Amino acid sequence: MAVQAFPEVPSLSLDTLWFQVAGTLCNLACTHCFIACSPTNQSHAMMTRADVRGFLEEARGLGVREYYFTGGEPFMNPEMLAIAGDALAQGPVTILTNGVLLTPERSRRLRDLFERSEYSLDLRVSIDGWDAATNDPIRGEGTYARILSGLQNLAAEGVNPVVTVTEACEGAAAAAGRERFLDWARSIGLSRPRLKVLSLFRIGAEAERLRGYAPRETLAGRTLSPEELEALQCSTARMVTARGVYVCPILIDLPSARMGATLAETLRPFPLSTGACFTCHEYGVTCRT
Amino acid sequence: MPDVTRLAFFGGVYSNSRALAAAIADARRWGAEGLYALGDFGAFGPYPDRVFPILLSAGVEAIQGNYEESLSTDASDCHCGYTDPRDNHFAALSYGYTAEKTSSEWKRWMATLPKTRRLDVGGRRILLVHGSPRKINEFLWESTSPEPFLEKLLSDHDADVLVCTHTGLHWQRRLPSGRLVVNSGALGRPANDGRTEVWYARLEVGVATRARAELSPVEYDFEAMARDMEQEKLPGEFVETIRTGWWTTCLEVLPSKERSRGRY
Repeated sequence: MAVQAFPEVPSLSLDTLWFQVAGTLCNLACTHCFIACSPTNQSHAMMTRADVRGFLEEARGLGVREYYFTGGEPFMNPEMLAIAGDALAQGPVTILTNGVLLTPERSRRLRDLFERSEYSLDLRVSIDGWDAATNDPIRGEGTYARILSGLQNLAAEGVNPVVTVTEACEGAAAAAGRERFLDWARSIGLSRPRLKVLSLFRIGAEAERLRGYAPRETLAGRTLSPEELEALQCSTARMVTARGVYVCPILIDLPSARMGATLAETLRPFPLSTGACFTCHEYGVTCRT
Repeated sequence: MPDVTRLAFFGGVYSNSRALAAAIADARRWGAEGLYALGDFGAFGPYPDRVFPILLSAGVEAIQGNYEESLSTDASDCHCGYTDPRDNHFAALSYGYTAEKTSSEWKRWMATLPKTRRLDVGGRRILLVHGSPRKINEFLWESTSPEPFLEKLLSDHDADVLVCTHTGLHWQRRLPSGRLVVNSGALGRPANDGRTEVWYARLEVGVATRARAELSPVEYDFEAMARDMEQEKLPGEFVETIRTGWWTTCLEVLPSKERSRGRY
């Protein structure tokens, strides 16, 4: 049987630049994490402010539109606020956090950053249920109360986060589930609740929790239209970690997804060869807000 | 070429024919030699067919917005570029009404409009688009369109001045290179600032000076507009925006900075 080729996604522009700013180090160990981040996962090291600055400089020349910071848990990086300030000087910033480290003091400093910048600053806070009984089995014992406290610290400072929920929370993607989350967000003090529901990627810890990808979950042999390719975030984004520049935020554990050491050398096509590529295409996933 | 050329740019009209007429009169008083409309003539407001005769009789040069692209191709939705279901709910109400009330004659006319337009004024290259030069429904918001991104966009598309709309909020940014980006805002609804005026952009291009923009508020009979909307049974949320100046719908698409300035 002939081996079927994978479609290639072109590099149309570099609009969105991601940083794995805390590496794979996290204070939680969620059962659905697609890169299995944890307090002991050192596979990608934490980035320094100087590391990030180098890439910000290159990004400026390439006309990057927006910056995202993730981990692991970004606020485990002691330089996170300074790094966010550097990035905000040249574009809008979003920080993806589990909310546990959003103390009143850190929330106040984030509000100051938001108010001082001419560009938008967003916080995306992940939670996987409406209460401890639904959230804690996924994100860890006692995490619901800690996330809630982080969200309320932000709200007290007038920072309006985007609540991010994965489909590991049953029913979250359906209209009724969304409504329930929006009601919940209002009930905890977020007056203008914003919500993002994310599909799951069957890699990392998630492959152990439920299952990995089946052989049929592939884009092999498929031809994607220009519109379909343009809809994939890898046509306009890249992910920087301490180990180099990767095609997207999802595939940093895949050695072949490392495309180079500088941004410029990664602006070329990439074969959509993984199960995660299938998920992004089939479910219209984008990691952007 | 005269010492200074004055041009006026109108963003989304959203069926607000009174505001369009008021803006045209205002631009003429100011001395505009060219009038340009950047698309989205329908949506949100009542009686969409009233807009086109005003555009044509005033000699306004028009390009397509996502509304004209959708209406002229019988698309099932406006392709506004929203992603949140709450935004899409109101976008669908707006598009459904406008698609039904726009006559087929005007839909055919929309199909003849270009998607972009280029002007050369004294060697200055001015590019007119609805959303962005690369996509008709890309949002260029003030707080998410940083200088490096805009510099590249203007270089890639050979422009010294870029004029756009689509977001409904007006702003301008002078780039380090001296080039200029102007979002003309919208004539169709107020700018989420608690004022009932709507906005358009004035551009002055001098022989010896660089192009300079001014964003200009326009007063119009918003109460008559609100009553027409009620007559047509358009959503009460839309009418409230016309009367108060605060956006009540399609808020989820706003970046956090712009969202924080509004009431809702």
